[in-house]
Amino acid sequence: MLQTLLPILIFAALALGAVGAFRRIRLWRQGQRTPMVWRRLVLMPKRYLNDLHHVVARDKAIAHTHVATAGGYVAAMALALVVHGFGWRNPMLGGLLLAASLVMFIGTIAVNLRRVNPPPKLSKGPWQRLSKSLIAYSVSMFLISLPLVGVAPTALGGGVLAIVLAAVLVWGLLEMVVGMGWGGPMKHAFAGSFHLAFHRRPERFDDNHADVGHDVHRGSRSTALFPLDLTAKTLGVEKPADFQWEQLLGFDACVQCGRCQNVCPAYAAGQPLNPKKLIQDMIVGMAGGSDARYAGSGYPGIDVGKHHGGPSEPIVPQLVEAQTLWACTTCRACVEECPMMIEHVDAIVDMRRFITLEKGETPEKGAAALDNLIATDNPGGLDNASRLDWAADLEMPRIKDRPEGVDVLLWLGDGAFDMRNQRTLRSLVKILRAGGVDFAVLGDEERDSGDVARRLGDEATFQRLAERNIATLARYRFARIVTADPHSFHVLGREYSAFGGDYRVLHHSTFIAELFDGGRINVAAPTQPETVTYHDPCYLGRYNGEFAAPRQVLAALGLEVAEMERSGYRSRCCGGGGGAALSDVPGRARIPDMRMEDVRTTGATTVAVACPQCTAMLEGVVEPRPRIRDLAEMVADALVATAPAAPASSSTREEEPA
Amino acid sequence: MPQPDAKGPSSQIEVKAVALVSSGRHPVSGRPGRAREDARAVEMGLMLAGADLSLVHAGDPEDALLRECLEGYLGMFHGLDDSRDGTLSLLPMGAEEDAVPLLAAWLERTGATITLTGQRAECGEGSGMVGYLLAEQLGWAIATGVAAIERCDAQSVTVLQALPQGQRRRLEIQLPCVIAVDSVAEAPRQSAFGPARRGRIETVDDLLPAGEACLDVANVDWQWQPARARPKRLKVVKSTNARDRFKAAAAKSSASGGQVLTDLSPEEAAEKLIDYLRAEKIIADSGQSSAPDT
Repeated sequence: MLQTLLPILIFAALALGAVGAFRRIRLWRQGQRTPMVWRRLVLMPKRYLNDLHHVVARDKAIAHTHVATAGGYVAAMALALVVHGFGWRNPMLGGLLLAASLVMFIGTIAVNLRRVNPPPKLSKGPWQRLSKSLIAYSVSMFLISLPLVGVAPTALGGGVLAIVLAAVLVWGLLEMVVGMGWGGPMKHAFAGSFHLAFHRRPERFDDNHADVGHDVHRGSRSTALFPLDLTAKTLGVEKPADFQWEQLLGFDACVQCGRCQNVCPAYAAGQPLNPKKLIQDMIVGMAGGSDARYAGSGYPGIDVGKHHGGPSEPIVPQLVEAQTLWACTTCRACVEECPMMIEHVDAIVDMRRFITLEKGETPEKGAAALDNLIATDNPGGLDNASRLDWAADLEMPRIKDRPEGVDVLLWLGDGAFDMRNQRTLRSLVKILRAGGVDFAVLGDEERDSGDVARRLGDEATFQRLAERNIATLARYRFARIVTADPHSFHVLGREYSAFGGDYRVLHHSTFIAELFDGGRINVAAPTQPETVTYHDPCYLGRYNGEFAAPRQVLAALGLEVAEMERSGYRSRCCGGGGGAALSDVPGRARIPDMRMEDVRTTGATTVAVACPQCTAMLEGVVEPRPRIRDLAEMVADALVATAPAAPASSSTREEEPA
Repeated sequence: MPQPDAKGPSSQIEVKAVALVSSGRHPVSGRPGRAREDARAVEMGLMLAGADLSLVHAGDPEDALLRECLEGYLGMFHGLDDSRDGTLSLLPMGAEEDAVPLLAAWLERTGATITLTGQRAECGEGSGMVGYLLAEQLGWAIATGVAAIERCDAQSVTVLQALPQGQRRRLEIQLPCVIAVDSVAEAPRQSAFGPARRGRIETVDDLLPAGEACLDVANVDWQWQPARARPKRLKVVKSTNARDRFKAAAAKSSASGGQVLTDLSPEEAAEKLIDYLRAEKIIADSGQSSAPDT
């Protein structure tokens, strides 16, 4: 009986699943379309086995579980199709099918153990059911295939036991095959595969890089926001159908594993943001309905089940509250952790763009900063001519007086208006002079890089600033740009290229490390041993992959670095990025306070920083707390004047300016 | 037709609201943009009439920066009940022409009943006289220093006038009228790029008979110099009472002193005024020389 039933069941499940898959694809294709490049599908297996597995493997136990379960399932399904579906009852294939089912079963046991008392990051509901369905599928497939190798009596093909087995297999097939197309938890395999193939940032994958393995943390390579066409009919994303279809596909790949929720600084601070819930809300919007069926942690302070959406209905506020979007610091921790390589930050900025450019509802202080950027080229509304006031006694060389060109153009950033950061800048100038660096500044010709405007969604102001800065830079000759501001570093180095500005930009930590390497500056050993720790700025580390240089600098200073648990690519944001310091969404705790707690647990008395925003946010933590010092300040204080300045400066002149 | 309107200004009413907008100049950078007080007038107009609010500007259409400047007002047409884009009527005039006859003709043609404006522009002839001159020419009432519109119907409008130290005076004004908005009125909403880009600027150039140049005769022999903030008079308050010190610190200088003169003949009144202006060194002591004081 089973022999006639099995092919029917398998092909019926496949057919039903295919119908569901077709409907799912139509849901994705509601988004904005770009020409399909079908040959990208061939990239999928490699991207899955290499890039995706790399992220999953950060948690070894889960990686092994998933390899066993998914590998076992794929093999078992393929073999079952041949053996039971097409009736090629080869004992060898039957043996392989049994082995595959067994491997899957072992993985399933691990899945179920994890689901006995699931950690809060995991979603329950259908995902809890999936663990049971996996057992149903693997066990029934195993038992049904036993007669193939002659272990069990072929009489299994009749009677009550056969009916029971068939029923359990139907459960398994419904979840594992039909559910894949119809939106059950297994849709992650189907959507995830296509998402890997058609990912909007192909640069994130190794197949697009000649230098495979040049940095091990994925996601640091393609971090520039996508430029917005300012002549489009509506600007930004108002409703789910305004997303690019690849983005909708990406949302649908979410496995609700909650890694993003675990690393999100806003979620930890009790602000109303949870990246996992946000992605699920986007799926609710894409498919239409309410968020009542969501079975994971919601946005802190916002009840689950009260919001609803549809593909052509506005997202804010019916589906997602504006506060949720403004709580994001754009730190990219979620993107970095996501095993499905979903781009949360792109989605959030897309929605912010609509709020700012079309609705004019940027949070109050953000709107004031944007007005100031439009009127005065800096977010504080200060006279741009005062950008160099802090250096009145330093006789700063202006690039306009150096038509022959300089080696280093020192980009000051808006920290030039901030008294705290002016100390950092003075230290940096001291280091440059000690190293005999041929440098100059733009002075009052420098404008804000546009970082804050862009993250607040004001792409129009960003593009205007970018165009003006690029026009200014085009008038001068310099080999490279050095800046102490990772946000300027990122925007100038990565985002201006879309507008025709290609520069070699170095963060000051990289440049100082270079000076040390070249023996151009000398420092005294620390007088007394001190424990320091280093806080990685998001826009330097995760965004641009520079983790080594700051640590090299600290090592050159002879300092022992006690690393925080969350450092490097897993560094926790200071809370100041993405305009979050301006939107200032209330929460249970402050993000910099939590970061300072991380610092305290290392026992460090000083935290080395490398970003004006981080400095400001961490210094806002009430005393007593560890000291906050920029790398440049630490180096400048330790300098000893033995470097021969004159010959060094003449040698740098020989470098060919760009 | 009078309508009971207890709800407030947001409900639809039969008034034709117009906001006069000028080109602003940022106090720090000098860049053109929306003038801050006029933006408050537009905000008040949007809350009163929604997207029905008309904007009008008299200026030089050849000015390359004008569109950018006026977009600052058009970008405020969002968050309203209907999604219509803003429209602005541009009354073209040369630099040496007078805006008042143009504006008056336009207001009469469009049947405006409430004309909102800022109290003071940020550049050009920014004295705030336009409102008075228009009201004089059209025979309308004018209320200045208005902080809020409380109620409005087809015949009259109730406004709150801002007085020093946070005091308010309720005024009932017959329509049509000119309302000059104070800087304590509701802050203007953000100007958004999308609505600003979609907003329309319509040039209206057939207001006055052709050839009738309305040259501004008054400003021909004016002297121009950059505005300076007038020094604030320090008043030392000897009080151990924090409330008194706070009141003194918060007081507007115009609120203190002064005297009320009644039953004077026009000549006596003028004499008193001239004496006062001399005492304040606003006009030179000897009426002969027009040289600036040193």
